[in-house]
Amino acid sequence: MSAEAVVSVRGVTKVFGKGGVTALKDIDLDVAQGDFVSLIGPSGCGKSTLLRIVGDITEPTSGDVTVNGKSARRAREDRDYGIVFQAPVLFDWRTVAKNIALPLEMQRWDRGRRQARVAEMLDLVELTGFEKLYPWQLSGGMQQRVSIARALAFAPPLLLMDEPFGALDEMTRERLNLELLRIWSETGSTVVFVTHSISEAVFLSTRVAVMSPRPGRVSALIGIDLPQPRTVETREQPRFFELVTEVREALHATGADEVEEQLAAEGPE
Amino acid sequence: MWYALPVQPGGEATRARRATSWVAAGVVRVAVLVLVFLVLGALWEGYRWFWINRDWTVPFEVQDRTMPHLHEIVGQLFREWPEGGPVLGSTLLDAALFTAKEAAVGFAIGAVVGFALGAVIAHFKVLQRGVMPYVVASQTIPILAVAPMVVVGLGNGVSVLGHTWVPADWLRVSVIAAYLTFFPVTINTVRGLQSADPLALELMHSYAAGRWRVLWRLRLPTALPYLFAAFRIAATASVVGAIVGELPSSIQSGLGGAILNFNQYYSAEPKNLWATNLVAAALGISFFLVVVLAEKLVVHRAPERLV
Repeated sequence: MSAEAVVSVRGVTKVFGKGGVTALKDIDLDVAQGDFVSLIGPSGCGKSTLLRIVGDITEPTSGDVTVNGKSARRAREDRDYGIVFQAPVLFDWRTVAKNIALPLEMQRWDRGRRQARVAEMLDLVELTGFEKLYPWQLSGGMQQRVSIARALAFAPPLLLMDEPFGALDEMTRERLNLELLRIWSETGSTVVFVTHSISEAVFLSTRVAVMSPRPGRVSALIGIDLPQPRTVETREQPRFFELVTEVREALHATGADEVEEQLAAEGPE
Repeated sequence: MWYALPVQPGGEATRARRATSWVAAGVVRVAVLVLVFLVLGALWEGYRWFWINRDWTVPFEVQDRTMPHLHEIVGQLFREWPEGGPVLGSTLLDAALFTAKEAAVGFAIGAVVGFALGAVIAHFKVLQRGVMPYVVASQTIPILAVAPMVVVGLGNGVSVLGHTWVPADWLRVSVIAAYLTFFPVTINTVRGLQSADPLALELMHSYAAGRWRVLWRLRLPTALPYLFAAFRIAATASVVGAIVGELPSSIQSGLGGAILNFNQYYSAEPKNLWATNLVAAALGISFFLVVVLAEKLVVHRAPERLV
C-alpha cells in the first residue's frame, strides 16, 4: 500500500500439519513507520503465529511478508527487529547487564560500546543500579523490562511484542504500558504488539487489528485517535471508552465463544 | 516462579542479613552432619554391644573381627604398621594421594571424552538410537573384566607414526577410571544440550545466530547444571575406578594395593582394612566436594533450576 510501510503482509495463509488446522487465512496488513499496531483476538486466532511469521520464526504456507522492503528472512538476518515474548526469556547465567548486551555481542560490538549502550538501556527502562543482579533476583515486571531493554539494545527499527505483559498483574501491566509508550516515543520505533486485553490494545495503539478465529483473519482495523502522549488520565476519557466498546463489538462480531469469556473475565470497564 | 525479592542494589543491610543467614545455614549444616555421624556411630556400637554380649545372631553374627570398635579403627591410623615402621595413617595418606592422581586424571579424561561423545550424539539425532545402546552396554560389563585388557593392552605401548609410547602404570589405571567416569557425563551432556528453552532458541534465531553461537551462548550454559550433576556422580566413580583398576595392574602404591594387601591379612588384623576403607571414603568425599565447590563458582542459576 504505502511505500514506507515497515511491515507489509500480503495474502498470508498458514496451515499447520498436512491438511491440518488453518491458523491464518489470507491476511493483509500494513504497518507504517512509527505505527503502534496491536493484534487482538481470542486465543487460537493466530495472532502470535502472525507475529512469528513477520519475525521469520515461522514460515507462512503461502503469501508474502516484507519488512523494511526486504523479505522477512533477510530482515531477520539484518537484525531489523527486536522481539519480546510473553516470558522474559532471560539467560539465568548472565547478569542483567550481560543479558541486555547479548544481541550486541552477537553483532560483535566492542566492549566499550556495549557497556555504554547497556547503561543507556538500563536508564531507559529505569533499572540503573540493577545491572549486576541475576534475572532470578528480580520481580516479574523487572525481568520483562530487562527483556524490553535487550530487544531495543541494538536500536532495531521494528519491535515485535508477543503478549509481553500477559503474565503480569494489572498494576504492573499498566505501569509498563506507560513505560512502553514513553520508550516508543523516545526511540521512534515501530511496534507490532500482540495482546488479548482490549483496554491494553486501545491504550497503547495507533491502530488495532481485530482478528477472528478459525481460520484467523483480520476482521476489522480500528484507528485509535486518542491524543499523544497518553497518560494515566487517558484511560478515563470518554473517547477511550467509546474505542474500547468499538473494539469489543468488533470482537463480538467475530462470534468467538472465547471472546465472551474474555469479556466476562475483564468485567465492566 | 517469579522471584519478588525486595532488592535494593548494594543495600548494606540486605547484604549483612544475607551474610548472617549464610553463617546460620552453615552452622545448622555442620550440626546435622555431626548429629548424623553420632547416630551412625551409636548404631554401629549398639549393634556390636547387643550382638556380642547377648549372643544375638539375626540377621548376622558379630565378633570383634567383623566389627571392630570405631575408636579402634580410627586409632589404627595412628599405630605403626608394621611394628617399627611409619604409622598406618601416613602410609594410607601416601596411597590415597597416589590413587587420587590416577582418579583425577581418569576423571579428566572421562569428562572430556564423555562430553565430546555426548555433544556429538546430541548434535546428530540419528546417532542417539544408534550409539546409545553401545554406550549403555559398555557400563554393563564389569570393570574387572575390562581392566586386564586395558592394563595388558596399553602395557605394550601405543604406536603412532612409528613412535611407541608406553603409558606409565598409573596412567593405565586412569584409563580404567575414565571408563567409569565418561558414562554419566555422556548421558547428561545429551540431555543438557537438548534442554534449551524453545523460546530462547527462537530468540537466538531472531539474532540470526549460527549453530556454534547457539551452542556456546545458549546450549552449553543450559547444560552446565546437568554436567555438574554428572560430574558429582563421576567424581566418586572415578575413585572407585582407580581403586579397582589397581588390582589387576598389581600396583602396590595406591589404596587398591592396600585393600588387596589388608584383605589377605584380614583375619590377623581386620582394623587395617577398615581404616583403609575410611581413607578411601574420605578420598571419594573430597572429590565430590571439589566438584560441588567448582559448581558453586561456575554455575549461576536460579536456586530452583539447579539439577
